[in-house]
Order: sequence, then structure tokens, then C-alpha cells
Amino acid sequence: MDYRPEVISKLSAMFNAGHGTFLKDSPELFNRHREKAFNDFLRLGIPDRKNEAYKYTNLEKFLNYQYQDYFFPLPSDFREAERFHCEVEDLNVWNMVLLNGFFPHGEDGLVMLPGGIWVGSMKAAVRQFPSLVEKHYNRYVEDGTDGLIPLNTALASDGLFLYAPKNTVYTKPIQIVNLLHSDKDIFVQDRNLIIVEEGAQLSLLSCDHSISPRRFLTNTITEVYVGRNARFDIIRVQNQHDNSGKITHTFIHQERDSYASSNNISLHGGLVRNATWHYLGGENSETHSYGLFLADKDQHIANFVKVDHVAPNCNSTQLFKGVLDDNSSGAFNGRIMVHKDAQKTNAYQSNNNIILSDTARMDTKPQLEIYADDVKCSHGATVGQLDENALFYLRSRGIDVHEARLMLMFGFAHEVIKKISIEALRDRIDDLVQKRLRGELSRCASCAVQCN
Amino acid sequence: MKSEFLLQIKDLKASIDNKSIIKGLSLEVKPGEIHAIMGPNGSGKSTLANVLTGRDLVTVTDGSVTFEGRNLLDMSPEERAREGIFLSFQYPIEIPGVSMVNFMKTAINEQRKHRGLEPLSASEFLSQMREKKELVEIDSALTNRSVNEGFSGGEKKKNEIFQMAMLEPRLALLDETDSGLDIDALRIVANGVNKIRSADTSVIVITHYQRLLDYIIPDFVHVMFDGRIVKSAGPELALELEKRGYDWIRKEADIAEESWITDRKL
Ligand SMILES: Nc1ncnc2c1ncn2[C@@H]1O[C@H](COP(=O)(O)OP(=O)(O)OP(=O)(O)O)[C@@H](O)[C@H]1O
Ligand SMILES: [Mg+2]
Repeated sequence: MDYRPEVISKLSAMFNAGHGTFLKDSPELFNRHREKAFNDFLRLGIPDRKNEAYKYTNLEKFLNYQYQDYFFPLPSDFREAERFHCEVEDLNVWNMVLLNGFFPHGEDGLVMLPGGIWVGSMKAAVRQFPSLVEKHYNRYVEDGTDGLIPLNTALASDGLFLYAPKNTVYTKPIQIVNLLHSDKDIFVQDRNLIIVEEGAQLSLLSCDHSISPRRFLTNTITEVYVGRNARFDIIRVQNQHDNSGKITHTFIHQERDSYASSNNISLHGGLVRNATWHYLGGENSETHSYGLFLADKDQHIANFVKVDHVAPNCNSTQLFKGVLDDNSSGAFNGRIMVHKDAQKTNAYQSNNNIILSDTARMDTKPQLEIYADDVKCSHGATVGQLDENALFYLRSRGIDVHEARLMLMFGFAHEVIKKISIEALRDRIDDLVQKRLRGELSRCASCAVQCN
Repeated sequence: MKSEFLLQIKDLKASIDNKSIIKGLSLEVKPGEIHAIMGPNGSGKSTLANVLTGRDLVTVTDGSVTFEGRNLLDMSPEERAREGIFLSFQYPIEIPGVSMVNFMKTAINEQRKHRGLEPLSASEFLSQMREKKELVEIDSALTNRSVNEGFSGGEKKKNEIFQMAMLEPRLALLDETDSGLDIDALRIVANGVNKIRSADTSVIVITHYQRLLDYIIPDFVHVMFDGRIVKSAGPELALELEKRGYDWIRKEADIAEESWITDRKL
């Protein structure tokens, strides 16, 4: 039976009941979009497997669930959250924690970093930079057929705001820890906006953790504007427990001569679906979408990518890899769309997966739509086992079969990790992935809660 | 019980996918000896190397193989390697993402653990790497890469010899390590082999050409035909094969169907 009508009616009730709270506690700009967005959600509904982009991803386990109220954090919640330290910390980064999609300092939460880069909460940003935020907020989302996108617009109240004004450069990565911590089961909607103006450079490390043994579902939108000749990198490290669902929609809009990269490293999570949309709107731009996931038990990890080549002379690559064990499943859906004026496009896509058990399953689907004639596009996908010849080679040098398998898996994964441009971060993620493959990362190492 | 032989193969039969490939092969190798195995394409030389290193796509159906008197066929590939068997592969494989350094460090330390030794310290390991790299004249640019990734054919072969030098085996099997090598590389490879050879270390050289045997002088040359050793003699046999090809042996073998010449004293 279709679970969705009931969930939609519950969400409607929640939306109507919570309306007063949203309106009171949220930026006026957010409120202005809610009503229409919720109607769009009602029109599009919750995507099911008839939707091409969700063909292999079943949301039911995480959507068909009675989450407790919409959540606004108390100051005491933040004190708790600040005790948390994540694995990649003590890197040379500027670091901040977002609790259940909210910034600790609410309306005062906006700081300027050396070099002139602003970081803080959306709420504060709307006050401090009203016309700037208005110019970019909800401008880059592409609803397509996915009702979860307008659902975020209808329900979100806060999130991360990052702003690199013209020609500002911040050389350290900015790290945001997205913490899920609650004594209730919650459905989180965070809304992030990143503006990298002309000639500016910024990199963001975003880490997802769930630390309380509750059921969580997160539905995140991140809009990114990358101006002329600007550069932006985002690296996500997703390490949530198996009772967490994480759905992200990232929209990267690029102007001419710009560079952007996205790298999704999914280490753990009951359900993870990352949708990354790259819009090459100006000539001579370059964009890269990378992803690595390691799944076991009953986890499901999906990556959806869409690269829109709108302007000519742009390059794009997609490189996604997955390792699947036990009953886990994965999906890759990568689209390249070359619009009719996008001559001299170079677009490349590759998806490789290793299956370690008889019951794991991977579905991969490349899609190319090309309306220009002078383009170079290539794509390839593989699903296979570890290479027996390579395994034997390692063993023939005295390396234990178990260790040899780990080395091959790690080598396979490393091809994605090595795309991370910040060396210290690359080493740290190498280390995390090694631990994950060795089964030493079943939970966040510094966390007191034994989730799994 | 310590055997006088390092390796003793008795009447070995082996098949791949139920197709019989090794059809009754015996060979005895004493410590310090060098044996060359020659023979036409497809005669089973690489398959023999696979049997000795424990490749599971080959099934042993009969016969026995002992290494220092112990049953080799019971051991896993990694155990055999730690006991001192090394194969220089005919076609070394590329392993993207696995660094040469990490690979060698793991291999060396697994072997040391097996021998009850402490792992090498980082500096000991690096100095050993440096020393062996010089020995095989292999560039650091190569050892800083992933295993064999993007190496030329000759570089792959040199890399095999580099690994051999690092692991210091008791029995080295060189499967056509000379093919695809230029003249300098051939000398380097031969030099590497001669460096590791000692009173304890034995080498089996599988080759199609006499030229490697100019540098690595074998004690015995065996000719393999259709899964059997059909003739064994001293180093002069390789020269004769170079001159006359295999036809005369084929004829000889047909006549002497019953008397495979495997007598070491021949
Ligand atoms: N994996 C395999 N599957 C099926 N047949 C195989 C396999 N490996 C080897 N063979 C067969 O076994 C026989 C012996 O092959 P092998 O590679 O041992 O020959 P070789 O003497 O090393 O030849 P070359 O001089 O060409 O290297 C050949 O007929 C070959 O086709
Ligand atoms: Mg061969």
C-alpha cells in the first residue's frame, strides 16, 4: 500500500500547526517562500520509485515514520553540542557546529574571518545582508520532479551562510559539523547558502554526525553561487548511524571562468542520498563531482548528479565509486545535459563499484542528453568484485589475504580521495576510510553514545 | 626432517577447468642451484609457476611438491611467499591506488613477522628501499607511484626484480623476466639475480632465449613439452636449442616416449 498520502497529510498538519512558530522564529525572506513551496510539495509529492531519479532508492523506511515535533533548539542543547569533537578536527580549519540544522548563536551568529569572509547563520545573514541574500536565496534550486526540494523551502528556518565577497581568499578550509543530537526522533530541514563572488576562493568541509540513538531524517538544501573567476570546493564526510537518513540537494551555479568541485564521502548512514546539480552558466568553467561510499549491513547510499552544460567551452568530470558489503545497496544516477549553445564541451563520467557479498546490490545509470554538435562526452560504469589477479599478486608477496583485500579496497577508494586538493584533509580522510574499511569506525570515535 | 632438496616435485599433474595441463612432471632443485626451463608457447611453464605459488585456478590432481621437505601444496600463497618462494610474473599486474611503498612495507613486515622479527623502522625500511633501488637501477619516480601503474613493460620487469631483491627469497621463479627488456635492462636484471644467489638461494629461470643465460649461468637446462619435462642437460642445451629449435627434441621425445630424461646426472 502507498504510504505517502498519509505522510503528506501528517506533514500538512505539521506545516499548518507549526506555521505560527515558523513565522515568528524565521527570517521574513524564508516565510515569504513557504506557502508556494508547500503547495509545490503537495503538487510533486514524495518521490517514489516511479520517479527516474529515485528508481533505485526507497525512501519509505525514513519517510513513513512519525517524527516528533518540528524542532527549535534551546541554549542548553548547544552547550551539549559544543562538547562534541569530530575525527577530522585539529586540522588547520575554522570550525563551527550546527545543531540539528541550527546555528548556535541564532541571530548574532555571523562572524567575519580574516580576509573578509563571512560565516554564520542564515537568520543573521538575512538581517545583515538582506539584498544579497534575497538576490541568491532560492534562485538556483531546480525542483524537477522532487517534492523534497520545495518541502525544505517550506519548512527550513536556519542553516549555514557563507559569503566570500569579491576577490577575498580564505586559505584554510572552513569546517562545519552538522550534528544531530536530540532525545526525540526528528526530521531536520536545514537550508544553506554559499556565495563566492568574483575572484574569491573558498573551501568547505562539511561533516555529518548523529550522536543520539534516535531516528533522524535530514533534508538539506545547499545553494552555491560561484562568480566569475571564483573557486569553490566542498567536501562532505557523512558518518551517521544506521538509524539516520540523510538527503542532500546541492545546487552549484557557476559563472564564467569559474571552478567548483564537490566530493561526497559517505562512510556510514542508514539511508544517504546526495543529489548534486552543477550548472555551468558561463564560458570556460570547470566543475567536478566526486563521490565515494562504503556501505554494509542494510545501508542504502545513492548519488544523483546532474551537470548542465549551458555555456560553451566548459569541462566537467564525474567520478563516483562505491564498495558494498552484506545486504547493502547503492545507486548512481549521473546525468550530463549539453545544451545547444554549449559547443566545445568536455564531459566525462565514470562510476565504478565493488561488490563484496552475494546479497549486496548496485544500480548504476548514466544518462547523456546532447543538443550541441561539437562536444566530447564519455561515460563508463562497472560493477564487479575485487580483482583476483591483483589479490593474488599481493598474496604472492606474503601479504595476508585479509590485508590484501583491504589494500585493494583502499586503493580503489583512494582514487576518489586523492581528488581532494587540501593535502592535510586528504591524509585525514585516507585515514578515516582505512578505519572504516577495517571496521573500526562503526561510530564516531569521540562520541560517548554507543549508537550501533 | 630436513631434505637435501630445496624443492622437490614428483610426478605432478595439474589441470585448469578440467583440462589437463601439467601431465606428470618431476624436478628437483638443491639449494644454490640454478635451473632454466625452456619450451614452446603453451607447454605449461607459467602453469608450473602458478602451481608452485598457489594460484587456485590451477588444480593439482596428482603428485607432490615439497619445499624444504614440507608439503608446499598445503600452504596458502602468502605462506609460501613468507617461506621464501618468489615469482617474478610473466605479466605483472597494475594495481591503481596501492602505493609501491605501502605494498613493500606490508610485504616485508609480514615476512618478518613470520620469521619472528620486529617490523622494520621507517628509516631502516627506507634505507633498504634505497639500496635495492640502486641495485636494479630503478627510478624513485617509479617507486613513488602505485604498483606497476603506468610502468612500461621493461619497468614492470625491473620492478619484479626490485621486489625480489627486497624480499630476499630462498627460491626465485623468473617467468620470462627477460622478454621485453632492452640490453641494459637485461644486464641489470641478471645482475640483480646474481646478487641474491648464494649457497642457499636457488633460481628457476623460465625463458625462451639463450641471451639471459649468458649472464645467469644455469646448472641445468630443462625442456618442457606439453606439460612434461622431456629433456634435461647442462647449459650447452640452451645453445643447441637456440641453433636447432625444438623439432629435434620433439622427435627424440616421440621415440623415447617411455624414458623421460629427468636424471640429474645426465
Ligand atoms: N587461466 C587459464 N584458463 C584456461 N587455460 C589456461 C589458463 N592458463 C593457461 N591455460 C592453458 O594452459 C596451457 C599452458 O599455458 P602456460 O601459460 O602455462 O604456457 P607457457 O609455457 O607459460 O607459455 P608461454 O611460453 O607462451 O608463456 C595453454 O594451453 C594455455 O592456454
Ligand atoms: Mg608463460
